Amino acid sequence: LNRRCVEAAVMTGLALNCSINKKSLFDRKHYFYADLPAGYQITQQRVPIAVNGSLSYSLCIGNKMSQMVTKTVRIKQIQLEQDSGKSLHDDTRSQILVDLNRAGVGLMEVVMEPDMCCGEEAAAAVRELQLILQTLGSSQAVMAEGQLRVDANVSVHHPGEPYGVRTEVKNINSIRFLAKAIDYEIQRQIDELENGGTILNETRAFDSKLGCTVPMRDKEGKQDYRFMPEPNLPPLILYDAKSLPANMNHQQVINIDWIRERLPDLPSVKREKLVEQYGILPEHSFTLLNEDGLADFFESVVKQTQMKPKKVIGWILNDLLSYLKQHSLTVKKSPVSSFLLADLLNLLEKKKISSTAAKQVLAELWKGEGKTPLEIVKEQKLELLQDQKELEQICQAVIDGQENEVIMMVPG
Amino acid sequence: AALKDGLRSQVSAALKEGRVTPTELCQRCLALIKSTKFLNAYITVAEETALKQAEESEERYKRGQPLGILDGIPIAVKDNFNTAGIETTCASNMLKGYISPYNATVVQKLLDQGAVLLGKTNLDEFAMGSGSTDGVFGPVRNPWSYSKQYKEKSVPKSHSEDEESNWVITGGSSGGSAAAVSSFTCFAALGSDTGGSTRNPAAHCGVVGLKPTYGLISRHGLIPLVNSMDVPGILTRCVDDAAVLLGSLAGHDPKDSTTIQDDFKPFELPNLTDVSKLSIGIPKEYHAPGLSSEILALWSKAADLFKNAGAKVVEVSLPHTRYSIVCYHVLCTAEVASNMARFDGLEYGHRSDKKESTESMYAATRREGFNDVVRGRILSGNYFLLKQNYEKYFVKAQKVRRLIVNDFVKVFRSGVDILLTPTTLSDAAPYTEFIQEDNRTRSAQDDILTQAANMAGLPAINVPTALSERGLPVGLQFIGRSFEEKQLLTVAKWFEKQIQFPMIQLEEVKRHDNGVFQHQKSASFS
Repeated sequence: LNRRCVEAAVMTGLALNCSINKKSLFDRKHYFYADLPAGYQITQQRVPIAVNGSLSYSLCIGNKMSQMVTKTVRIKQIQLEQDSGKSLHDDTRSQILVDLNRAGVGLMEVVMEPDMCCGEEAAAAVRELQLILQTLGSSQAVMAEGQLRVDANVSVHHPGEPYGVRTEVKNINSIRFLAKAIDYEIQRQIDELENGGTILNETRAFDSKLGCTVPMRDKEGKQDYRFMPEPNLPPLILYDAKSLPANMNHQQVINIDWIRERLPDLPSVKREKLVEQYGILPEHSFTLLNEDGLADFFESVVKQTQMKPKKVIGWILNDLLSYLKQHSLTVKKSPVSSFLLADLLNLLEKKKISSTAAKQVLAELWKGEGKTPLEIVKEQKLELLQDQKELEQICQAVIDGQENEVIMMVPG
Repeated sequence: AALKDGLRSQVSAALKEGRVTPTELCQRCLALIKSTKFLNAYITVAEETALKQAEESEERYKRGQPLGILDGIPIAVKDNFNTAGIETTCASNMLKGYISPYNATVVQKLLDQGAVLLGKTNLDEFAMGSGSTDGVFGPVRNPWSYSKQYKEKSVPKSHSEDEESNWVITGGSSGGSAAAVSSFTCFAALGSDTGGSTRNPAAHCGVVGLKPTYGLISRHGLIPLVNSMDVPGILTRCVDDAAVLLGSLAGHDPKDSTTIQDDFKPFELPNLTDVSKLSIGIPKEYHAPGLSSEILALWSKAADLFKNAGAKVVEVSLPHTRYSIVCYHVLCTAEVASNMARFDGLEYGHRSDKKESTESMYAATRREGFNDVVRGRILSGNYFLLKQNYEKYFVKAQKVRRLIVNDFVKVFRSGVDILLTPTTLSDAAPYTEFIQEDNRTRSAQDDILTQAANMAGLPAINVPTALSERGLPVGLQFIGRSFEEKQLLTVAKWFEKQIQFPMIQLEEVKRHDNGVFQHQKSASFS
């Protein structure tokens, strides 16, 4: 049993307000499939490592970002299990290609209760979970890389009535598609029921090209998984400060309290701190954390400049971020470093240049030619003139060159 | 040095002093393997690599830097242990031609200490059986079938019937390893023990068979049968040697989460002289139906031996013994069904030519690769694991298992140090007679005295005791407390010394052994 997997599960459980089971068990789930080399998967069916937690996330109401509500989804459990390999269907040659590289790698399955009502909520919840996982270091949680996989269980019912039959939707590769898939499925089920049909308890795949869900090739059918305790893994015993035995080799032991004490600030806490420390708006803090590295970038700039954070944030969120988005760059790959930006903002703050000029300099900095803001300012003669006389001379020169225009402007 | 010598006392010293070289030892063993080929004890003989290992060992001895007692010692390994670069078949079509990329931990440990791996020994297919008769490479013949002792006692039959039809089985499933040790082709062999698979053939072949406490020796690389009961077994010609092997193999393995974390300290066995402080328990339920009167008498004589030497000998009761075979059957088949699921022909081993669908390929592969015995156990096991049966069978069997374990706990807590029981119901049966009943029936009969120790995880050892009326070996079993191998082996060694079991007299061995032919007193029991 990989220690790191257990630690990651404990950290995640704590971050999601779960009770950590001091004793959890491993089981074998048996089925035959090309990507399951042992003929069984080791999982935690009887007693998982963590149960009964909650995840809070925020949702924008309406169009304005400024109106946010906090919602909660209950976490049923977190269990440790093994990954299977990957199978690729080569229908042209009627064969299956099996890649076993990831078979046996540790997975954490986070099971949520059906507390969400639409694609948007699910997307927001998963986004928050992603941020939490990344903050903890449990997982890099990039969906496109398969580091975070999401299966959506969807059902519909009339208010006041019991939950309807659910379908499981798989093959969702991004948070955006998650929302789409769920909303499509909700509508499909509603349409089906309103037309007098029934919903089958089946597995469906999301087709991102067509934007719909289709019944999946029946992977396992109605299977009896013949669960059996995993005989090679004794019960997993975790300790806390109270129950920790005196002379245990600490390499053989996991202390929940020790892990709890070392948990980093979760996203929600980080956001609060950003708002408190820098006086930025809550919705700003969301955007900062949503973009990998952006919060650090912001704080780094703030440290290196005299400009007030409330003003810096504008440059970060409007100028820097939109540029990065336009060019599909991550913060890490930004041609403008925090140092350069701070440098630029200092010039602005000291009134050496105007804000328009600053934007011009920034545009030049994006080229990443290695010039400093000051060099660009000098090159393009963007300095704000402090010298009254010099200014008059320039204006006079312009006026002289534009006689007609000047006549029209004089009254103002 | 003679092939018959004990490791610690004689061979090791001989190697150190240069009286014999590892290469000579290796060559002698290889030659003997060749001339005892009719025993069918070996599936694969790794001649080239063995000689190379012997050469390397010789270099070390020349430099005066042997790796330890096992350096240069020829050993054999049951063919259900993974050996890198050497075929591992489990005597099954499923793994014919399979070359493992890694060594089982126990194999690696032996090699790291300079042991010379002669080859892989024969077994019942996937270690399922009690005769070593059901592997795809054919049955193993008990070397005692060809011994002077057996031949003398054989009723001369009609002229047409000769040795060919009269030979007896080795017992199983580690029959190849037992035969290899018994016929002097190696100094020690690894077996496996799930329900008695090391002790049973040890008894029939007249060698020492040790089943260590579950969790003491790593199972990593031992192709699993029943994960919660399997242990690597040790087969040697004397108890001292078993202690040497145990010392070199025991200890925590990070690759096997079921090995205990505690440090293991290898030990030398003291020469016990005073047994007055010892309490020997005789479990009355082990007077099982079918127990031959001969063995019953030997068991009784052994008890008297201890009593006369001053030990306390008491009758004890393990009341749930009669449920243990059924309980074992349920749990064993369930785990077997699970462990055999990995053989699908995709990644390694036999793959059927059927290509219509994955399912049909799987089904055909498994039908072609497994024999009836294996398939039978898989079907039973899956039945017991079905959702609707799980509580009724599997969970219930686990509860019964707990009761069986508690029987032992109670007895050991009451002051008993060691239990003394028979190992088998009778001496080795002739092959033709043995195969009259199917594998399942035989296993159920033969495992009865040995599998409770597997269910309880306790250490147990077969010590060859005497020759039967037919001139075949009979052994007795000692069962000890968990992780108290030192005490168990000390008592076993004392017993071994008292009885002086006779040496097998084999023509082939005489021819190959240049050493002094140690004449041992016949056992006082025969």
